[in-house]
Amino acid sequence: MSIKGMAYIAGAFEHPTRKAPDKSVAVIHAECARGALADAGLSFKDVDGYFCAGDAPGGVLSMVDYLGLNVRHIDGTDTGGSSYIAHVSHAAQAIAAGKCNVALITMGGRPRSEGRSGVKQKLVGANVPDTPFELPYGPTAVNEYAMAAMRHMHEYGTTSEQLAWIKVAASQHAQYNPNAMLRDVVTVQDVLESPMIADPLHRLDCCVVSDGGGALVVVSPEIAKILKRPLVRVMGVGESPKGLMGGKVDLTYSGAVWSGAAAYEEAGITPQDIKYASIYDSFTITVLMQLEDLGFCKKGEGGKFVADGNLISGVGKLPVNTDGGGLNNNHPASRGGMIKVLEAVRQLRGEAQPQVQVGNCDLALVHGTGGGLASRHGSATLILERV
Amino acid sequence: MATLYQSRKMTMPETHPEHLEFWQAAAEGKLLIKQCDSCGEYHYYPREHCPYCMSNKTTWKEAKGTGSIYTYSVMRKGVPYAIAFVTLDEGPRMMTNIVDCDLDAVHIDQIVKVVFKQSGDHDNPGSFIPCFTPVNGD
Ligand SMILES: [Zn+2]
Repeated sequence: MSIKGMAYIAGAFEHPTRKAPDKSVAVIHAECARGALADAGLSFKDVDGYFCAGDAPGGVLSMVDYLGLNVRHIDGTDTGGSSYIAHVSHAAQAIAAGKCNVALITMGGRPRSEGRSGVKQKLVGANVPDTPFELPYGPTAVNEYAMAAMRHMHEYGTTSEQLAWIKVAASQHAQYNPNAMLRDVVTVQDVLESPMIADPLHRLDCCVVSDGGGALVVVSPEIAKILKRPLVRVMGVGESPKGLMGGKVDLTYSGAVWSGAAAYEEAGITPQDIKYASIYDSFTITVLMQLEDLGFCKKGEGGKFVADGNLISGVGKLPVNTDGGGLNNNHPASRGGMIKVLEAVRQLRGEAQPQVQVGNCDLALVHGTGGGLASRHGSATLILERV
Repeated sequence: MATLYQSRKMTMPETHPEHLEFWQAAAEGKLLIKQCDSCGEYHYYPREHCPYCMSNKTTWKEAKGTGSIYTYSVMRKGVPYAIAFVTLDEGPRMMTNIVDCDLDAVHIDQIVKVVFKQSGDHDNPGSFIPCFTPVNGD
Protein backbone atom coordinates (compact mmCIF):
# COMPACT_ATOMS: atom_id res chain seq x y z
CA MET A 1 0.00 0.00 0.00
CA SER A 2 1.29 3.45 -0.90
CA ILE A 3 0.90 6.31 1.58
CA LYS A 4 0.81 8.87 -1.25
CA GLY A 5 -1.88 11.39 -0.38
CA MET A 6 -3.05 9.42 2.66
CA ALA A 7 -1.98 12.01 5.28
CA TYR A 8 -1.41 15.74 5.69
CA ILE A 9 0.76 17.85 7.95
CA ALA A 10 -1.74 20.16 9.65
CA GLY A 11 0.27 21.52 12.57
CA ALA A 12 3.89 22.65 12.87
CA PHE A 13 5.71 24.48 15.63
CA GLU A 14 9.33 25.36 16.26
CA HIS A 15 10.18 26.38 19.81
CA PRO A 16 11.74 29.85 19.72
CA THR A 17 14.24 29.14 22.52
CA ARG A 18 17.86 28.36 21.78
CA LYS A 19 18.94 28.23 25.43
CA ALA A 20 16.62 26.87 28.09
CA PRO A 21 18.51 26.08 31.31
CA ASP A 22 15.38 26.67 33.41
CA LYS A 23 13.06 24.39 31.45
CA SER A 24 12.81 20.67 32.02
CA VAL A 25 13.01 18.65 28.81
CA ALA A 26 9.45 17.36 29.30
CA VAL A 27 8.22 20.97 29.41
CA ILE A 28 9.95 21.69 26.08
CA HIS A 29 8.09 18.70 24.58
CA ALA A 30 4.78 19.89 26.06
CA GLU A 31 5.25 23.46 24.82
CA CYS A 32 6.05 22.20 21.34
CA ALA A 33 3.00 19.91 21.36
CA ARG A 34 0.79 22.79 22.48
CA GLY A 35 2.21 25.02 19.74
CA ALA A 36 1.71 22.50 16.93
CA LEU A 37 -1.82 21.61 18.01
CA ALA A 38 -2.76 25.30 18.25
CA ASP A 39 -1.26 25.85 14.80
CA ALA A 40 -3.48 23.08 13.43
CA GLY A 41 -6.57 24.28 15.29
CA LEU A 42 -6.72 21.07 17.32
CA SER A 43 -6.42 20.23 21.02
CA PHE A 44 -4.64 17.60 23.11
CA LYS A 45 -7.98 15.76 23.36
CA ASP A 46 -8.01 15.23 19.58
CA VAL A 47 -4.68 13.34 19.56
CA ASP A 48 -5.03 9.57 19.09
CA GLY A 49 -1.48 8.74 17.97
CA TYR A 50 1.84 9.76 19.55
CA PHE A 51 5.39 9.56 18.20
CA CYS A 52 8.71 10.42 19.83
CA ALA A 53 12.38 9.33 19.80
CA GLY A 54 15.34 9.07 22.14
CA ASP A 55 15.31 12.74 23.15
CA ALA A 56 11.89 12.28 24.80
CA PRO A 57 12.57 11.70 28.49
CA GLY A 58 11.34 8.25 29.47
CA GLY A 59 10.29 7.52 25.91
CA VAL A 60 6.76 7.01 24.61
CA LEU A 61 5.32 5.67 27.86
CA SER A 62 6.53 8.50 30.07
CA MET A 63 5.59 11.18 27.57
CA VAL A 64 2.08 9.85 26.88
CA ASP A 65 1.54 9.73 30.64
CA TYR A 66 3.10 13.17 31.23
CA LEU A 67 1.02 14.82 28.50
CA GLY A 68 -2.14 13.01 29.62
CA LEU A 69 -2.79 11.70 26.12
CA ASN A 70 -5.44 9.14 25.32
CA VAL A 71 -3.93 7.40 22.30
CA ARG A 72 -4.53 4.17 20.43
CA HIS A 73 -1.28 4.18 18.43
CA ILE A 74 2.31 4.81 19.62
CA ASP A 75 5.72 4.68 17.94
CA GLY A 76 9.13 5.27 19.53
CA THR A 77 11.30 4.69 16.46
CA ASP A 78 14.77 6.14 17.02
CA THR A 79 17.19 6.65 14.14
CA GLY A 80 18.93 9.61 15.77
CA GLY A 81 18.32 13.02 14.22
CA SER A 82 16.35 11.64 11.28
CA SER A 83 13.75 10.02 13.58
CA TYR A 84 11.09 12.71 13.10
CA ILE A 85 11.19 12.40 9.33
CA ALA A 86 10.62 8.67 9.77
CA HIS A 87 7.84 9.50 12.24
CA VAL A 88 5.95 11.47 9.57
CA SER A 89 6.24 8.38 7.36
CA HIS A 90 5.06 6.09 10.15
CA ALA A 91 2.23 8.45 11.06
CA ALA A 92 1.07 8.45 7.45
CA GLN A 93 1.19 4.65 7.41
CA ALA A 94 -0.77 4.42 10.68
CA ILE A 95 -3.37 6.90 9.41
CA ALA A 96 -3.67 5.02 6.11
CA ALA A 97 -4.19 1.79 8.05
CA GLY A 98 -6.86 3.37 10.23
CA LYS A 99 -4.78 3.12 13.41
CA CYS A 100 -5.08 6.84 14.23
CA ASN A 101 -6.39 10.09 12.75
CA VAL A 102 -4.45 12.79 14.60
CA ALA A 103 -0.78 11.94 15.11
CA LEU A 104 1.37 14.13 17.36
CA ILE A 105 5.19 14.04 16.97
CA THR A 106 7.31 15.90 19.53
CA MET A 107 11.02 16.46 20.01
CA GLY A 108 13.09 18.66 22.25
CA GLY A 109 16.18 18.87 24.38
CA ARG A 110 18.79 21.13 25.86
CA PRO A 111 22.28 19.93 24.96
CA ARG A 112 23.54 23.52 25.13
CA SER A 113 22.50 23.95 28.76
CA GLU A 114 23.76 20.47 29.57
CA GLY A 115 27.19 21.15 28.04
CA ARG A 116 27.06 18.48 25.35
CA SER A 117 28.97 18.85 22.09
CA GLY A 118 30.03 17.06 18.94
CA VAL A 119 33.61 16.55 20.11
CA LYS A 120 32.63 14.55 23.18
CA GLN A 121 33.37 10.87 22.92
CA LYS A 122 30.47 8.51 22.55
CA LEU A 123 29.39 6.50 25.58
CA VAL A 124 29.61 2.78 26.17
CA GLY A 125 26.39 0.92 25.44
CA ALA A 126 25.89 -2.29 27.34
CA ASN A 127 25.91 -5.34 25.07
CA VAL A 128 25.92 -3.29 21.86
CA PRO A 129 27.90 -5.60 19.57
CA ASP A 130 29.87 -2.98 17.64
CA THR A 131 30.98 -0.68 20.47
CA PRO A 132 33.97 -2.75 21.72
CA PHE A 133 35.51 -2.34 18.25
CA GLU A 134 34.88 1.40 17.99
CA LEU A 135 34.72 3.24 21.32
CA PRO A 136 38.42 2.75 22.20
CA TYR A 137 39.29 4.75 19.07
CA GLY A 138 37.50 7.90 20.21
CA PRO A 139 34.73 8.26 17.61
CA THR A 140 32.78 11.51 18.00
CA ALA A 141 30.16 13.12 15.84
CA VAL A 142 32.68 15.40 14.18
CA ASN A 143 35.57 13.02 13.47
CA GLU A 144 33.22 10.41 11.99
CA TYR A 145 31.79 12.91 9.51
CA ALA A 146 35.31 14.22 8.97
CA MET A 147 36.46 10.77 7.82
CA ALA A 148 33.68 10.71 5.23
CA ALA A 149 34.74 14.19 4.08
CA MET A 150 38.40 13.16 3.86
CA ARG A 151 37.58 10.19 1.64
CA HIS A 152 35.22 12.25 -0.54
CA MET A 153 37.99 14.81 -1.07
CA HIS A 154 40.42 12.02 -1.97
CA GLU A 155 38.13 10.32 -4.50
CA TYR A 156 36.43 13.34 -6.06
CA GLY A 157 38.67 16.33 -5.44
CA THR A 158 36.09 18.01 -3.23
CA THR A 159 37.62 21.05 -1.51
CA SER A 160 37.22 22.84 1.82
CA GLU A 161 36.21 25.94 -0.16
CA GLN A 162 33.30 24.04 -1.69
CA LEU A 163 32.19 22.73 1.71
CA ALA A 164 32.41 26.28 3.07
CA TRP A 165 29.79 27.44 0.53
CA ILE A 166 27.23 25.31 2.39
CA LYS A 167 27.88 27.30 5.56
CA VAL A 168 27.85 30.57 3.61
CA ALA A 169 24.37 29.72 2.25
CA ALA A 170 23.11 28.82 5.73
CA SER A 171 24.37 32.10 7.15
CA GLN A 172 22.84 34.08 4.28
CA HIS A 173 19.46 32.54 5.18
CA ALA A 174 19.86 32.82 8.95
CA GLN A 175 20.32 36.60 8.85
CA TYR A 176 16.58 36.85 8.18
CA ASN A 177 15.51 34.40 10.93
CA PRO A 178 14.99 36.32 14.19
CA ASN A 179 15.21 33.08 16.21
CA ALA A 180 18.42 31.76 14.61
CA MET A 181 21.24 31.09 17.03
CA LEU A 182 23.87 32.52 14.63
CA ARG A 183 22.74 35.42 12.42
CA ASP A 184 26.04 36.84 11.16
CA VAL A 185 26.72 36.34 7.47
CA VAL A 186 30.04 34.57 6.91
CA THR A 187 32.32 34.19 3.89
CA VAL A 188 34.19 31.19 2.51
CA GLN A 189 37.33 32.73 3.98
CA ASP A 190 35.71 32.95 7.45
CA VAL A 191 34.98 29.22 7.34
CA LEU A 192 38.49 28.30 6.20
CA GLU A 193 40.04 30.50 8.90
CA SER A 194 37.92 29.10 11.72
CA PRO A 195 39.77 26.62 13.95
CA MET A 196 40.28 23.09 12.65
CA ILE A 197 38.26 20.69 14.84
CA ALA A 198 38.87 17.35 13.11
CA ASP A 199 40.66 17.39 9.74
CA PRO A 200 39.23 18.49 7.29
CA LEU A 201 36.27 20.00 9.18
CA HIS A 202 36.59 23.48 10.67
CA ARG A 203 34.51 24.85 13.46
CA LEU A 204 32.22 26.59 10.95
CA ASP A 205 31.68 23.29 9.11
CA CYS A 206 29.85 22.10 12.25
CA CYS A 207 26.26 22.70 13.33
CA VAL A 208 25.33 24.68 16.41
CA VAL A 209 24.63 23.07 19.78
CA SER A 210 21.27 24.51 20.78
CA ASP A 211 18.38 23.92 23.13
CA GLY A 212 14.88 23.86 21.76
CA GLY A 213 12.52 21.57 19.95
CA GLY A 214 9.54 21.25 17.69
CA ALA A 215 6.37 19.33 17.02
CA LEU A 216 4.21 18.22 14.13
CA VAL A 217 0.59 17.16 13.78
CA VAL A 218 -0.13 14.70 10.97
CA VAL A 219 -3.80 14.07 10.19
CA SER A 220 -6.08 12.12 7.87
CA PRO A 221 -7.29 13.79 4.64
CA GLU A 222 -10.81 14.14 6.07
CA ILE A 223 -9.55 16.09 9.09
CA ALA A 224 -7.08 18.16 7.06
CA LYS A 225 -9.88 19.42 4.84
CA ILE A 226 -11.99 20.77 7.73
CA LEU A 227 -9.03 22.59 9.35
CA LYS A 228 -8.24 26.16 8.31
CA ARG A 229 -4.58 25.65 7.41
CA PRO A 230 -2.93 25.33 3.98
CA LEU A 231 -2.95 21.69 2.84
CA VAL A 232 0.48 20.04 2.98
CA ARG A 233 0.19 16.50 1.69
CA VAL A 234 2.58 13.59 2.30
CA MET A 235 3.52 12.29 -1.15
CA GLY A 236 6.36 9.85 -0.64
CA VAL A 237 8.67 8.48 2.01
CA GLY A 238 11.76 6.32 2.25
CA GLU A 239 13.85 4.97 5.08
CA SER A 240 17.21 3.20 4.94
CA PRO A 241 19.75 2.26 7.56
CA LYS A 242 23.38 2.01 6.47
CA GLY A 243 26.18 0.50 8.55
CA LEU A 244 29.73 -0.74 8.13
CA MET A 245 28.61 -3.71 6.04
CA GLY A 246 30.84 -6.24 7.74
CA GLY A 247 33.88 -4.27 6.60
CA LYS A 248 32.85 -3.65 2.97
CA VAL A 249 31.85 -0.07 3.77
CA ASP A 250 32.22 2.80 1.30
CA LEU A 251 32.07 6.11 3.17
CA THR A 252 31.50 8.28 0.11
CA TYR A 253 27.74 7.68 0.02
CA SER A 254 24.91 7.52 2.53
CA GLY A 255 21.64 5.62 2.89
CA ALA A 256 20.01 8.49 0.98
CA VAL A 257 20.73 6.58 -2.23
CA TRP A 258 18.03 4.11 -1.16
CA SER A 259 15.62 6.22 0.91
CA GLY A 260 15.61 8.97 -1.72
CA ALA A 261 14.90 6.59 -4.59
CA ALA A 262 12.02 5.02 -2.66
CA ALA A 263 10.49 8.41 -1.85
CA TYR A 264 10.73 9.67 -5.44
CA GLU A 265 9.13 6.50 -6.72
CA GLU A 266 6.25 6.69 -4.27
CA ALA A 267 5.65 10.36 -5.00
CA GLY A 268 6.04 9.82 -8.76
CA ILE A 269 8.46 12.72 -9.16
CA THR A 270 12.14 13.37 -9.92
CA PRO A 271 14.72 15.55 -8.12
CA GLN A 272 14.29 18.20 -10.83
CA ASP A 273 10.68 18.75 -9.68
CA ILE A 274 11.72 19.83 -6.17
CA LYS A 275 11.37 23.58 -5.46
CA TYR A 276 12.83 23.58 -1.94
CA ALA A 277 14.91 21.05 0.01
CA SER A 278 15.57 20.68 3.74
CA ILE A 279 18.83 18.73 3.80
CA TYR A 280 20.28 17.52 7.10
CA ASP A 281 23.25 19.69 7.99
CA SER A 282 24.96 18.31 11.06
CA PHE A 283 28.12 19.18 9.12
CA THR A 284 28.74 20.72 5.73
CA ILE A 285 29.85 17.36 4.29
CA THR A 286 26.50 15.84 5.28
CA VAL A 287 24.70 18.24 2.93
CA LEU A 288 27.09 17.68 0.03
CA MET A 289 26.89 13.88 0.16
CA GLN A 290 23.12 13.83 0.56
CA LEU A 291 22.59 16.16 -2.41
CA GLU A 292 24.57 13.72 -4.55
CA ASP A 293 22.84 10.67 -3.11
CA LEU A 294 19.41 12.25 -3.63
CA GLY A 295 20.19 12.82 -7.30
CA PHE A 296 20.38 16.63 -7.34
CA CYS A 297 23.76 16.17 -9.04
CA LYS A 298 26.00 13.28 -10.05
CA LYS A 299 28.12 11.44 -7.49
CA GLY A 300 31.33 13.34 -6.99
CA GLU A 301 29.96 16.62 -8.37
CA GLY A 302 28.49 17.83 -5.08
CA GLY A 303 31.37 20.23 -4.57
CA LYS A 304 30.63 22.06 -7.81
CA PHE A 305 26.89 21.92 -7.12
CA VAL A 306 27.04 23.65 -3.73
CA ALA A 307 29.58 26.31 -4.73
CA ASP A 308 28.94 29.91 -5.74
CA GLY A 309 25.73 30.31 -3.80
CA ASN A 310 23.72 27.61 -5.57
CA LEU A 311 21.90 26.73 -2.32
CA ILE A 312 20.92 30.35 -1.52
CA SER A 313 17.25 31.23 -1.97
CA GLY A 314 16.79 33.72 -4.79
CA VAL A 315 20.37 33.20 -5.98
CA GLY A 316 20.95 29.54 -6.75
CA LYS A 317 19.07 26.73 -8.43
CA LEU A 318 18.16 24.78 -5.28
CA PRO A 319 17.21 26.71 -2.13
CA VAL A 320 18.30 24.60 0.86
CA ASN A 321 17.65 25.13 4.59
CA THR A 322 16.18 28.61 4.31
CA ASP A 323 15.82 28.90 8.10
CA GLY A 324 19.62 28.75 8.43
CA GLY A 325 19.58 25.02 9.13
CA GLY A 326 21.47 23.23 11.84
CA LEU A 327 24.57 25.18 10.87
CA ASN A 328 23.04 28.51 11.92
CA ASN A 329 19.46 28.31 13.15
CA ASN A 330 18.89 25.40 15.48
CA HIS A 331 19.97 21.79 16.13
CA PRO A 332 17.98 21.01 19.29
CA ALA A 333 18.86 17.89 21.26
CA SER A 334 21.63 17.43 18.66
CA ARG A 335 18.89 16.10 16.37
CA GLY A 336 18.03 18.18 13.35
CA GLY A 337 15.28 16.24 11.57
CA MET A 338 12.27 17.92 13.19
CA ILE A 339 13.38 21.41 12.23
CA LYS A 340 14.01 20.17 8.69
CA VAL A 341 10.35 19.16 8.34
CA LEU A 342 9.17 22.41 9.95
CA GLU A 343 10.99 24.65 7.46
CA ALA A 344 9.66 22.62 4.53
CA VAL A 345 6.13 23.07 5.89
CA ARG A 346 6.71 26.82 6.28
CA GLN A 347 7.97 27.04 2.69
CA LEU A 348 5.01 25.09 1.31
CA ARG A 349 2.57 27.26 3.25
CA GLY A 350 4.29 30.45 2.13
CA GLU A 351 5.15 31.18 5.77
CA ALA A 352 8.94 31.24 5.50
CA GLN A 353 10.74 34.53 6.16
CA PRO A 354 9.81 36.78 3.20
CA GLN A 355 13.44 37.31 2.13
CA VAL A 356 13.95 33.55 1.68
CA GLN A 357 10.45 32.42 0.66
CA VAL A 358 10.63 30.35 -2.53
CA GLY A 359 8.13 31.53 -5.15
CA ASN A 360 5.27 29.10 -5.91
CA CYS A 361 6.79 26.52 -3.60
CA ASP A 362 4.51 23.54 -4.17
CA LEU A 363 6.89 20.59 -3.85
CA ALA A 364 9.53 20.11 -1.16
CA LEU A 365 11.90 17.38 -0.09
CA VAL A 366 13.09 16.72 3.45
CA HIS A 367 16.02 14.44 4.12
CA GLY A 368 17.80 13.40 7.30
CA THR A 369 20.87 11.42 8.31
CA GLY A 370 20.69 10.33 11.94
CA GLY A 371 23.55 8.68 13.81
CA GLY A 372 27.10 8.44 12.48
CA LEU A 373 27.94 8.79 8.82
CA ALA A 374 31.08 6.66 9.33
CA SER A 375 29.46 4.01 11.53
CA ARG A 376 25.74 3.46 11.46
CA HIS A 377 23.14 5.96 10.31
CA GLY A 378 19.45 6.06 9.53
CA SER A 379 18.46 7.88 6.35
CA ALA A 380 14.92 9.15 5.92
CA THR A 381 13.41 11.04 2.98
CA LEU A 382 10.04 12.76 2.85
CA ILE A 383 8.36 14.46 -0.10
CA LEU A 384 5.63 16.98 0.64
CA GLU A 385 3.25 18.82 -1.69
CA ARG A 386 1.12 21.88 -1.17
CA VAL A 387 -2.30 21.12 -2.58
CA MET B 1 55.62 21.45 12.05
CA ALA B 2 54.60 18.06 13.35
CA THR B 3 51.96 16.69 15.64
CA LEU B 4 53.59 13.77 17.37
CA TYR B 5 51.44 10.93 18.62
CA GLN B 6 50.75 11.12 22.36
CA SER B 7 49.42 8.24 24.40
CA ARG B 8 45.76 8.71 25.22
CA LYS B 9 43.50 6.93 27.66
CA MET B 10 41.43 4.63 25.47
CA THR B 11 37.95 3.60 26.57
CA MET B 12 37.98 0.02 27.85
CA PRO B 13 35.86 -2.19 25.61
CA GLU B 14 33.16 -4.43 27.04
CA THR B 15 34.11 -8.07 26.62
CA HIS B 16 31.24 -10.02 25.11
CA PRO B 17 31.26 -13.84 25.14
CA GLU B 18 31.45 -14.06 21.35
CA HIS B 19 34.70 -12.03 21.35
CA LEU B 20 36.74 -13.78 24.08
CA GLU B 21 39.29 -15.23 21.66
CA PHE B 22 39.74 -11.85 20.00
CA TRP B 23 40.80 -10.11 23.22
CA GLN B 24 42.97 -13.03 24.34
CA ALA B 25 44.85 -12.94 21.03
CA ALA B 26 45.14 -9.15 21.19
CA ALA B 27 46.93 -9.47 24.53
CA GLU B 28 49.47 -11.68 22.70
CA GLY B 29 49.86 -9.16 19.86
CA LYS B 30 47.71 -11.00 17.32
CA LEU B 31 44.84 -9.55 15.32
CA LEU B 32 42.02 -12.04 14.76
CA ILE B 33 39.29 -11.63 12.18
CA LYS B 34 36.37 -13.87 11.36
CA GLN B 35 36.00 -15.96 8.21
CA CYS B 36 32.76 -17.65 7.24
CA ASP B 37 32.84 -21.42 6.82
CA SER B 38 29.97 -21.28 4.34
CA CYS B 39 30.73 -18.39 1.97
CA GLY B 40 34.42 -17.90 2.74
CA GLU B 41 34.10 -14.13 3.27
CA TYR B 42 36.09 -12.32 5.95
CA HIS B 43 34.19 -9.78 8.00
CA TYR B 44 34.91 -7.16 10.69
CA TYR B 45 33.94 -6.38 13.44
CA PRO B 46 33.93 -10.08 14.31
CA ARG B 47 30.73 -11.92 15.07
CA GLU B 48 29.43 -15.45 15.24
CA HIS B 49 26.82 -14.72 12.57
CA CYS B 50 28.14 -14.12 9.03
CA PRO B 51 26.66 -10.78 7.84
CA TYR B 52 26.90 -11.86 4.20
CA CYS B 53 25.29 -15.31 4.01
CA MET B 54 23.76 -15.44 7.53
CA SER B 55 25.54 -18.68 8.40
CA ASN B 56 26.36 -19.16 12.08
CA LYS B 57 29.51 -21.14 11.24
CA THR B 58 32.41 -18.70 11.38
CA THR B 59 36.06 -19.29 12.30
CA TRP B 60 38.73 -17.05 13.84
CA LYS B 61 41.70 -16.42 11.53
CA GLU B 62 44.88 -14.54 12.35
CA ALA B 63 45.16 -11.53 10.04
CA LYS B 64 48.51 -10.63 8.51
CA GLY B 65 48.19 -7.36 10.40
CA THR B 66 48.99 -5.18 7.42
CA GLY B 67 46.85 -2.89 5.33
CA SER B 68 46.41 0.64 4.03
CA ILE B 69 44.62 3.72 5.30
CA TYR B 70 41.18 4.13 3.67
CA THR B 71 40.39 7.40 5.45
CA TYR B 72 41.32 9.23 8.66
CA SER B 73 40.83 12.39 10.67
CA VAL B 74 43.06 14.01 13.27
CA MET B 75 41.11 15.42 16.23
CA ARG B 76 42.53 18.86 17.05
CA LYS B 77 40.59 19.48 20.27
CA GLY B 78 42.33 18.18 23.40
CA VAL B 79 45.02 15.50 23.07
CA PRO B 80 45.34 15.03 19.30
CA TYR B 81 44.63 11.57 17.92
CA ALA B 82 44.07 10.07 14.49
CA ILE B 83 40.94 8.00 14.00
CA ALA B 84 40.96 6.00 10.78
CA PHE B 85 39.60 3.15 8.75
CA VAL B 86 42.26 0.72 7.59
CA THR B 87 41.62 -1.74 4.76
CA LEU B 88 43.22 -5.01 5.85
CA ASP B 89 45.08 -7.05 3.26
CA GLU B 90 42.39 -9.71 3.79
CA GLY B 91 39.73 -7.21 2.66
CA PRO B 92 37.66 -5.86 5.54
CA ARG B 93 37.88 -2.22 6.61
CA MET B 94 38.16 -1.60 10.35
CA MET B 95 37.93 1.49 12.53
CA THR B 96 41.22 2.10 14.34
CA ASN B 97 43.73 4.73 15.47
CA ILE B 98 46.99 5.57 13.72
CA VAL B 99 49.71 5.75 16.38
CA ASP B 100 53.46 6.16 17.03
CA CYS B 101 54.03 8.63 14.21
CA ASP B 102 53.68 12.26 13.11
CA LEU B 103 49.90 12.64 12.86
CA ASP B 104 50.34 15.49 10.35
CA ALA B 105 51.99 13.05 7.92
CA VAL B 106 49.17 10.49 8.00
CA HIS B 107 47.59 10.08 4.55
CA ILE B 108 45.14 7.97 2.60
CA ASP B 109 46.69 4.84 1.00
CA GLN B 110 49.55 4.89 3.54
CA ILE B 111 50.79 1.35 4.26
CA VAL B 112 50.39 0.45 7.92
CA LYS B 113 50.85 -2.48 10.29
CA VAL B 114 49.08 -3.44 13.47
CA VAL B 115 50.39 -2.52 16.94
CA PHE B 116 48.53 -2.94 20.20
CA LYS B 117 47.84 -0.26 22.84
CA GLN B 118 46.41 -1.05 26.22
CA SER B 119 43.06 0.57 27.07
CA GLY B 120 42.23 2.03 30.47
CA ASP B 121 45.06 3.38 32.60
CA HIS B 122 47.77 2.33 35.05
CA ASP B 123 45.34 1.81 37.94
CA ASN B 124 42.63 0.16 35.90
CA PRO B 125 44.18 -1.49 32.81
CA GLY B 126 41.91 -2.90 30.12
CA SER B 127 42.16 -4.98 26.97
CA PHE B 128 44.81 -4.42 24.30
CA ILE B 129 43.40 -2.57 21.30
CA PRO B 130 44.57 -3.08 17.70
CA CYS B 131 45.95 0.19 16.30
CA PHE B 132 48.09 0.78 13.24
CA THR B 133 51.36 2.55 12.56
CA PRO B 134 53.04 3.44 9.26
CA VAL B 135 55.53 0.82 8.09
CA ASN B 136 59.05 2.17 7.67
CA GLY B 137 59.50 4.36 4.67
CA ASP B 138 55.83 5.16 4.01
ZN1 LIG C 1 29.01 -16.32 5.07
